[in-house]
Amino acid sequence: MSDCHDTPVQTDSRLSVKDVNAPLIALAGQPNMGKSTLFNLLTGLNQHVGNWPGKTVERREGHFNLDGRTFRLVDLPGTYSLTANSPEEVIAREFILCEQPSVVVAVVSAANLERSLYLVAELAALDAPLVVALNMMDVAAQEGLHVEPQVLEAALGLPVVPMTASRAEGVRELLGVVQEVLNGKRTLGPRPPEVRADHREVLEKIEGLVAAYVPAPYPQSWVALKLLEGDTEVARTMQAALPSEIWESVQAVLRQHDDAFLAVASGRYEWIGRMLRAAVTRPRIGQIGLTERLDRWAAHPLWGLFILAGILGLVFGLTFTLGTPLQKWLDGQIVVPLAGLAAEGLAGAPSWLRGLVSNGLIGGVGSVLTFLPILVVFFAAFALLEDVGYMARAAYVMDNLMHLMGLHGKSFLPLFLGFGCNVPAIMGTRVIDSRPARLLTILIAPLVPCTARMAVVAFIAPAFFGANAIWVSWGLVLLSLLALISSGGLLNRVIFKGQRSAFIMEMPLYHIPNARTIALLVWQRSLSFVKKAGTTILAMSLLVWVLSYLPDGNLNTSFLARFGHFIEPVGRWMGLDWRLTVALLASFPAKENAIATLGVLFGNSHKAGLAGTLAASFSTASALSFLVVTMLFIPCMATVAVTKQETNSWGWTLLSVFLLLAISVAAGAGVYHLAVLLGL
Amino acid sequence: MPKSNHAIPLAEIHPGEEVVVREFRAGRAVGSRLASLGLTPGVRVNMTQNYGRGPLIVTVRGTRVALGRGEAAKIIVERGADE
Repeated sequence: MSDCHDTPVQTDSRLSVKDVNAPLIALAGQPNMGKSTLFNLLTGLNQHVGNWPGKTVERREGHFNLDGRTFRLVDLPGTYSLTANSPEEVIAREFILCEQPSVVVAVVSAANLERSLYLVAELAALDAPLVVALNMMDVAAQEGLHVEPQVLEAALGLPVVPMTASRAEGVRELLGVVQEVLNGKRTLGPRPPEVRADHREVLEKIEGLVAAYVPAPYPQSWVALKLLEGDTEVARTMQAALPSEIWESVQAVLRQHDDAFLAVASGRYEWIGRMLRAAVTRPRIGQIGLTERLDRWAAHPLWGLFILAGILGLVFGLTFTLGTPLQKWLDGQIVVPLAGLAAEGLAGAPSWLRGLVSNGLIGGVGSVLTFLPILVVFFAAFALLEDVGYMARAAYVMDNLMHLMGLHGKSFLPLFLGFGCNVPAIMGTRVIDSRPARLLTILIAPLVPCTARMAVVAFIAPAFFGANAIWVSWGLVLLSLLALISSGGLLNRVIFKGQRSAFIMEMPLYHIPNARTIALLVWQRSLSFVKKAGTTILAMSLLVWVLSYLPDGNLNTSFLARFGHFIEPVGRWMGLDWRLTVALLASFPAKENAIATLGVLFGNSHKAGLAGTLAASFSTASALSFLVVTMLFIPCMATVAVTKQETNSWGWTLLSVFLLLAISVAAGAGVYHLAVLLGL
Repeated sequence: MPKSNHAIPLAEIHPGEEVVVREFRAGRAVGSRLASLGLTPGVRVNMTQNYGRGPLIVTVRGTRVALGRGEAAKIIVERGADE
């Protein structure tokens, strides 16, 4: 818990001024309850994805209109409880306590009421106006569960609206009830749960001790409850607020009851049990659900791995068969003619300006943007697997392998995303609960070969290896993964001292994917990639171009070439001459720049010609080494930028860069000398 | 049949068996996360998948929860407790 001023509500700048006074509605709910589906349904494209202030937790805010009135909607992070187990949980409760939304809509699943009401039990203790959205009525019906919303409503003392967000059913009714609460036409009388009987006395004792000192927005009974639960954030706040002798007595009481969190949790489940006995009729459990049948294969320790490998193969196959022709088409039909057109249009301008625009600007950024189709296909496949519920199974079957690196299954998900692009992979490490495990995953994520690196391989490998190019490509991918596993294992031992975080993860039910949810996910991930291309990549492409132009407009005597010659001795270890070394350096703004740079260096931007020229200029050993180093080289600029953003530390960011530099130089030198020994 | 019906780590329970959670031998941070997913002392747990190595899946309060073997070894359960 922090001071409320730390978390100002930042109004989306794209919302107009009148909207600031619009009623604020918060969506709360556990993961896999359909909360995002509801949020997307209400806001559509009127939403903005950012970060919570000072945190690397995604913040989604949007607005919608109803009967001529505008509403602001904030999607709180999906959390199982509101105890300070994770930053998400602290954010959700601080938002409700400090920003005091007009209504909090708690999304629960009718098919899984027992677990999903746990969060409602926590929310009810916060004194916020609460409306329960009883989602997934269709799934409950399929499973033969009979849930009576009006009985639940009476038992909870809160409005309960049955709905099926995936089919947009019940949304009007939900908004109607929200309006009634806003207009004061509904009186709420929640009956929050009590702690288990054997701990009521100690709770009263704590409340009595702290009563006079609880800071402003926090309800005192809630503070006492959280202290009893051993909540670290609340404890820190109260330690500051209480006179030291009172804090000592509170501590003394808490020390005698260090397992009290179980009494609090049990009290909540007892409360939930009463609600369920009233409102839910359960059939005799007999039939095996679809999820269980699918999981016999998908979560099997052996078959599960085969299925995962098959799905991965399918995703990559699809990505490259659909995305690559589009990428080539964009490059050939749009970027190259555009650059030519610009050069023509600027015929009268000084040659440096012509080069800057057509090579630096259009050539650099344009070629990065042509990767968008490949990424869109990959992101769509990933989002589909995520929405269907498969990704939890992938994490589960990969748990054993991830243990080699002291990580657990959850780290596999961001690494998988890294095959598309390392940038969302590093952002995706947010799913990992412990900071050491998250940092380790961030450090090794750039070793996952992304589509841009595979594009370089796809261009160079056939020139040198002909029909064997496919095997060389697979070998390079395997080498990258080997580097990933061994450096992960090593880092875990050296830096993280073999720490392991707990693997506790819900396995959601499989369900029919929601097109809207997937489309929005793809849209948001693609948009952040385009934004990167428009800013950081643009700046770096221009810088590289300027360095290759100055001081006299001749590449072979430019600053870039001089720098290439300067570090050529390092390149020599790996069998690379100054041109290949410069191409590697130029891959920093964007990996696929390596090819464009070679094109410039050999004065031969026509790609078909370049492949032949390269094959004639370098030995197979040098080519192999170049490919290996390209695969493992320092992360691209966008990845470095996002690493800084997510770790919030230059130390870790630099470590990430040096780690990959060391690995790539070592691997390149090793492969080169081995290849020379083998007579390549 | 197994040696004892009392105080067995959850990790040793066979698939299809139903047991009652007795206590956690993990710290409060892990215990609190388990509790928020429905694993509290006294709750009935059904072992859904356990191949003797690697992670396992239990069904608790209608939710399927995957647990690492290390975590499951710290959850102490009791067999055949008919309360």
